[in-house]
Amino acid sequence: MKAVSQSSRMHGAYRSGLDHLATGLCVLATILVVAPLVAIFAYLLFKGASSLNLDFFTKIPKPVGESGGGMANAIVGSGVLLGVASLIGIPLGVGGGIYLAEFGRGTRLANAVQFTADVLNGVPSIIVGIAAYSLVVIPMHHFSALAGGVALGIMMIPTVMRSTEEMLLMVPHTIREAALGLGVPNWRSVLSITLKTASPGVITGCMLAFARVAGETAPLLFTALGNQFWSVNLNREIAALPLQIYIYAISPYDDQHRLAWAGALVLIALIVLAVSLVRYVASRGILKGAS
Amino acid sequence: MGVGIEVTNLNAWYGTNHTLQDINLPIPANHATALIGPSGCGKSTFVRCLNRMHETNPIAKVTGSVRIGEIDIYADASPVEIRRRVGMVFQRPNPFPTMSIYDNVCSGLKLNGYSNRKVLDEIVERSLRNAALWDEVKDDLRKKSGASLSGGQQQRMCIARALAVDPEVLLMDEPASALDPVSTSKIEDLIFQLKTQYTIVIVTHNMQQAARVAEKTGFFLNGRMVEFDSTHKIFTNPSDKRTEDYITGRFG
Amino acid sequence: MPLSEIRIKTSETISDRPSETADSSLKPGSTSSTPPPIQVSEIRNFLLSRGNSAIADKTFSGVMLLCAVSIFAIVALIAVELVKQSQLSWHKFGLPFFYRDNIDPITNQPLFWDPVNGDFYARPFLYGTLVTSLIALLIAVPLAIGVAIFLTEMCPRFLRGPLSFLTELLAAIPSVVYGLWAIFVLIPLLRVYVNPMFMRIFNAQLTVKLFGWTGLVGDDGLFGGVNLGLGLLAAGVILAIMILPIIASLTREVMTAVPHSQREAALALGATRWEMIRIAVLRNARIGIVGSIILGLGRALGETMAVAMVIGNSPEIHKSLLSTGHSMASVIANEFSEATSDMHRSALIEIGLALFLVTIVVNGFARLLVWAVTRGTPARVN
Repeated sequence: MKAVSQSSRMHGAYRSGLDHLATGLCVLATILVVAPLVAIFAYLLFKGASSLNLDFFTKIPKPVGESGGGMANAIVGSGVLLGVASLIGIPLGVGGGIYLAEFGRGTRLANAVQFTADVLNGVPSIIVGIAAYSLVVIPMHHFSALAGGVALGIMMIPTVMRSTEEMLLMVPHTIREAALGLGVPNWRSVLSITLKTASPGVITGCMLAFARVAGETAPLLFTALGNQFWSVNLNREIAALPLQIYIYAISPYDDQHRLAWAGALVLIALIVLAVSLVRYVASRGILKGAS
Repeated sequence: MGVGIEVTNLNAWYGTNHTLQDINLPIPANHATALIGPSGCGKSTFVRCLNRMHETNPIAKVTGSVRIGEIDIYADASPVEIRRRVGMVFQRPNPFPTMSIYDNVCSGLKLNGYSNRKVLDEIVERSLRNAALWDEVKDDLRKKSGASLSGGQQQRMCIARALAVDPEVLLMDEPASALDPVSTSKIEDLIFQLKTQYTIVIVTHNMQQAARVAEKTGFFLNGRMVEFDSTHKIFTNPSDKRTEDYITGRFG
Repeated sequence: MPLSEIRIKTSETISDRPSETADSSLKPGSTSSTPPPIQVSEIRNFLLSRGNSAIADKTFSGVMLLCAVSIFAIVALIAVELVKQSQLSWHKFGLPFFYRDNIDPITNQPLFWDPVNGDFYARPFLYGTLVTSLIALLIAVPLAIGVAIFLTEMCPRFLRGPLSFLTELLAAIPSVVYGLWAIFVLIPLLRVYVNPMFMRIFNAQLTVKLFGWTGLVGDDGLFGGVNLGLGLLAAGVILAIMILPIIASLTREVMTAVPHSQREAALALGATRWEMIRIAVLRNARIGIVGSIILGLGRALGETMAVAMVIGNSPEIHKSLLSTGHSMASVIANEFSEATSDMHRSALIEIGLALFLVTIVVNGFARLLVWAVTRGTPARVN
């Protein structure tokens, strides 16, 4: 073999050096990204756990200046809001997903629906709040849990629709054929066979959407408004967990800060649960036991 | 209990692809008829035209007539109604994964709204017996999922499921091609028994299988039916040279 | 012949048939006997009576279609309501609402947002949104791409799962929790360590002498003025942390979509790993990467709560990154529920309308780019 020249050896060293530099930079980037995440979680765990007690889940906020109290009304309020939101978001989302997977596949209309769903997903949540304000609060002449639920429900639709579509498409064609071949009407086959087979995935998709809107604050700022007391009345303002966290976070009182951290921990726990469940179901596949 | 099938001038398209050309075929009642031919010759498409499954593909088109018994299945009835009279067993077993064995077998009835438990119990047992699966699963009917059986058992369960709706015709699209030899021979024995009660049309790649189970055989090539005669004649003294070439293994 | 008449035919055939036909009795375990004609065709009769389900099928698919097109109705409804409610301020201020300067005649200072006198001009909020988003992109993009490259090309197998799980979690944390952390951890960090460091560099006498002509250094520059910790820079940093996971995971997706054959071809030609990444992967995926960056921008534009909690909430324009400000989203969050007049609310909604249009355009464009690369597989909805 010919001797490698001096300059090409240097060039080779330069290239190899560049390679190492690039690797180093990427590793550095990863560390820089992972570190704050770990820091956030650790801080949350630390600050939140120390403030979390039974009172948090059972008591309502104390008047300003007094210590103690909890966010029980906010947790219940969030439950009510999410209930209303699910009533709107899940039927429309699952129905739309069924259309996209079973009836409209490949059509231009279906493509337009998918695109619009992605666009709606990118609309800032506060804008959806304005729309809900205009649609519900103004005609009713007051703030309400209903308005907040409507805003959150609208936000659930794109996520539920797309994940339902994805899960339904994963059901093998052979199973649909088996149902049709038996003379089962199409609507029955879609509901009792296809949807049922995909149901673990569809349900976790709904859970993911649920967990996401559970943490939304902006659309509630001028729809549900928040409430210092117990209330499950759809016609009145209602407390919500993320809203309460926000109010306490910007307040000047340490007691309220502590409650804010506890609330944040509860929220995070819910989200970690949902994300983990989704990954678990995805890894198992939706056909239990089938080869 | 079966009826005969009369196919007249059947043409089928997938989009612009003219998959079946001018098929004319009388399929006798209460016999097993085998359809053989090389890959892609259209025999699967033909069978799917007999229960209008061909139509589940949006770009599919059919002309001509198929009379099962007294009814023209394209003119006189809807696809859903036809498929309740003409059962189908597919190449790969396709049990419903979320259902137990019991629910799988009677799914054709339950999903159409039938709910009489006593009769369903009897039908499930009868169908599983007819499919030679009863003894193997009778203790686990409701406990085991349909998808947890072995391949051969799954296919026999699919046959039981098809039989439960009491069809007059049973279509089988290469039912044993995905199975091991032991399961295959079990299914062939099954077909032998079933053909006295039903009209069976079986698509097969395996010529020996056709010879074993069917009285009549049709040879398909490139979308046309080249020859249709008694199995014995097709395999010992075919009239058409193309048939002879295929039988002797010159192609396909 | 209608289907119903077949019923008679087959029953006749059955009872005519000799009893040698195989077992059709319904009694469990019994062998062949004359099959009772009524019971055998009971199933057939039942199924025949079901009829074709054309009406039910059509209704069902119709309802599903309605659910799907509700999405068009919703987006249209949002747009209509925004336009309707912003009419008041649109008629008063017109298009200059978004770019006009406004000087208070008494103090001779810029006064953009004056609820007392009913004067509203949105320039500070556009400025705030732009600056914070720019800072966020400048920080997040290099880091996100670095992480994506690491995860796709360099990461040892056992780390891949946990790291991508971590990224997914990051993307799912609510804005208000980020804001909470930012108030109590990030802002003190910035105030005590980071900002002073930048101030030392930017405001040093030598720097001013050398770079004073740029207008970016010194007391009047990017890091001039009072260091409170909160402000434009803090908002930019927390935004960067929030949009990072989106850019990273989408970049990963487009990078994974590049076929292995491209990578192998580069390596076979003697490229180092970095060169292979640069030539084979990044070059092929660059459209998708641009798309994911734009999507990150779209998210940054609309982020509300975390920004509202750290930006300082003042409707002013200052050059310094350490100054407080407002973004389009944060001013709506801050002032809407306590808006003092209809005009005030209408002005806020007009800002919302502008934000709506901008995010639709940005997100739509970004989705198109990402779709073009991943070829229409349902894009992950983040």
